[in-house]
Amino acid sequence: MNRDWIAANSHQITAALLQHIQLVGLSLLFGFLIAFPLALLAVRWPRLYGPSLAVTGVMFTIPSLALFILLMPFTGLSMATSLIGLTLYTLLILFRNIVQGLRGVSPIVREAARALGYTPARRLFTVELPIALPVIVAGIRIAAVTIIGMVTVTALIGQGGLGQLFITGFTLSFATPLIIGFVLSVALAVMVDLALVGILYCLTPWQRGVR
Amino acid sequence: MNSDVMTLMTGVTDWFSQPMNWQGPGSIPEHILEHVTYVLISTLIGAAIALPIGIGLGHGGRGGLLAINLSNIGRAIPAFGVIILVFLLVGYGVIPVIVALVALAIPPMVTNSFVGMREIDPAVRQAAVALGMTGWQRLWQVELPIAMPLIMAGVRTSAVQVMSTATLAAYVGLGGLGRYLIDGLAVRDLAQVLVGAILVAVLAIVTELLFAGLQKLITAKGLQQQG
Repeated sequence: MNRDWIAANSHQITAALLQHIQLVGLSLLFGFLIAFPLALLAVRWPRLYGPSLAVTGVMFTIPSLALFILLMPFTGLSMATSLIGLTLYTLLILFRNIVQGLRGVSPIVREAARALGYTPARRLFTVELPIALPVIVAGIRIAAVTIIGMVTVTALIGQGGLGQLFITGFTLSFATPLIIGFVLSVALAVMVDLALVGILYCLTPWQRGVR
Repeated sequence: MNSDVMTLMTGVTDWFSQPMNWQGPGSIPEHILEHVTYVLISTLIGAAIALPIGIGLGHGGRGGLLAINLSNIGRAIPAFGVIILVFLLVGYGVIPVIVALVALAIPPMVTNSFVGMREIDPAVRQAAVALGMTGWQRLWQVELPIAMPLIMAGVRTSAVQVMSTATLAAYVGLGGLGRYLIDGLAVRDLAQVLVGAILVAVLAIVTELLFAGLQKLITAKGLQQQG
């Protein structure tokens, strides 16, 4: 580890970290905005589940590097290229978990809400979603941690957040930037994972006694 | 843009139809062979490390939470970084790629085999104890066959992930199907990239199907009707 390099390049390190966080946050957000309505449709019309799972599954199978490069003719070396690719990767995990969570709501609970005169929308947001929350958050955790690692690959198409430090290290044959990028990336994943566990704990007070 | 897509498609068909790309060094079969070799070696080493840990912890039922959390953090390790880091340490060769791919393969297998062992109905375990079976007998004759579908699902997830990540080997000068992606990117030859992408995607899907078949074969007959 070379302290001088770190001091001299603290600007580059901070910028890379911020871009990393931005790419992860935005792709998770977009992924959720697409997966959530899709999951609602698949729960309402179970016939849609199979095809949706197949399509998101194939997206997940395409190697990330190939997907990023193939998007380039349309979106160039912009952030959009990374974002579209990363968002597609979150879809399978988020979609599957949201559907599983909503399906896990006991029919008795659903009937009770109906008997109390809840409208479908109110039932969804005040009864079904809170019950499904642990499974949904489990999906967000896996998606977040996976994406935090995958962002680094987009360094090959000019983005990459902390992945840029990997490229710097490779080009200079110099381990310090690599180790910094590596440690920050793993630390970010651990912190995001813990934060999500904390958020779930705060949002589901009724679960605490059960465990 | 339509004419662009047409040119790209023609480029891809040209690539696949040229005999030169099917024989000799740097040909499609050779890159596929290299790719599959990386995947096989790493998945096997990964399984040899991960399965005993996951199965052992699930059988004993202790230290499980720690293992699961460590293995979840393992998912966060960027394979791209590991490849370059090990490359700087040991230099050119297959070792950096294998180390990175093994690290990638381990977490899903640990998690799945642990969960598979833990989810066995306690009544079944107790029945095995009541029959006077020893720990090893219970493990081999009762618990492993029941947990096998989930264990294999973990191996399958790992193999498919390793299959698509093995493309990064080309970045540190090795072969495999990543060559088409990295070389194509360097000279902005999208037809070549698409060739690589198609081949890796097909390989990944074939892997999925092979494992689905294998899973059926080794699932105990008594369990198949339920699933």
